[in-house]
Amino acid sequence: MTAGAALFLRDLRLVLRRPGDVVVVLAFFVVATTLFPLGIGPEQNLLARIAGGVLWSAALFAALLSLERLFASDHEDGALDLLLLAPGALELAVLAKCAAHWIVTGLPLAVLAPLLGVAFGLDGRSLAAVALTLLVGTPTLSLIGGLAAALTLGARKSGALLALLALPLCVPTLIFGTGAIEAVATGEGFTVHIAILAALALMAVATLPWAMAAALRQAGE
Amino acid sequence: MATASLEVTDLACRRGGRRVFEHVSFALGGGELLALTGPNGSGKTTLLRALATLGRAEAGTIAWRDADIAWLGHLDGLKGDLTVFENIDVAERLRGAAPDRARIDGALAAFDLAALAARPVRTLSAGQRRRAALARVAASRANAWLLDEPFNALDMASQKSLRAVLAQHLAAGGLAIAATHVPLDIVGVRTWELGTGELGT
Repeated sequence: MTAGAALFLRDLRLVLRRPGDVVVVLAFFVVATTLFPLGIGPEQNLLARIAGGVLWSAALFAALLSLERLFASDHEDGALDLLLLAPGALELAVLAKCAAHWIVTGLPLAVLAPLLGVAFGLDGRSLAAVALTLLVGTPTLSLIGGLAAALTLGARKSGALLALLALPLCVPTLIFGTGAIEAVATGEGFTVHIAILAALALMAVATLPWAMAAALRQAGE
Repeated sequence: MATASLEVTDLACRRGGRRVFEHVSFALGGGELLALTGPNGSGKTTLLRALATLGRAEAGTIAWRDADIAWLGHLDGLKGDLTVFENIDVAERLRGAAPDRARIDGALAAFDLAALAARPVRTLSAGQRRRAALARVAASRANAWLLDEPFNALDMASQKSLRAVLAQHLAAGGLAIAATHVPLDIVGVRTWELGTGELGT
């Protein structure tokens, strides 16, 4: 087993030992999205129109909420030094950490979102679009947030700083994610949107690990 | 296990914008233990981190030959939610090595941790955690150990265990550098007080 796989499994095991951290994030997502139908009232057309944007924004906030701890816990207990000293590529190690984060955050968000979409009165096709766009888009959020987490490591108020850094970078993903849901609602195809979301995710996988690794090496000094 | 050697030439390091030491030169080979002493703030940790390539040297060179480094920082580097055994096991995998069950058990026994192996690290005392972190180093096949305050929080019996493990590591041709305030009392140890003296024998 390679070092990257070991780290991936270690992070998953750590989440299983302390599931509360993930449950809180998912609960935040549920509460934040259900506030909108409650606040706006039963205006079916309006709710259906804003559903995509609300679900995507809430998913973005939920993902960032959980990303603050991505490297911070390893930084606090000294395990980060061991990662930095590992003979394998640090770029692969951070990719493994982001992958583990996506499994326990992005994936459950994509599964939960269509259930919440029901409260907005979305039809079946739109619900499928919500799930699919989040499935393809959340890996990008994990990676962008991971970079922001690495850059803000050790900073005071790192959570706020992380959001400030990551949110603007997540805008393209947000636009194409909600765009796809809207395209489905208006009867157009959403293949192009999904393709662009996938392209953004691949671009993030291909470039961000290097930036993340460099940021962590800086933090280690 | 190949024998590691280290040659440091004219090393200078900076921390917080201040130069903590300069013109540091020494050489170390297999079977040798260097004890770094010196008052707080004299740069022991900075030197160790630079040697481990975790920190950056401002000037000078650090040349390791055939070295496989095991690191013990002033933080233990253990995950609280994993057991002692899991921590050592995953640390080995992260080093790219296949964990050797017998070797890990041996290291756990050397630090009297066999009974605690299945306990989550967060339930252990500071001294027990330190022993677990030391067992992680001892379980690795690394030939160069860099230890920052390894005696921290250790009771007398554990200090004795650490001395025995260090002596065994040296006898097997290993190299070790330890920043410590505790006298090491090991045959062949070289002590160097940072900031003042020259390298002693």
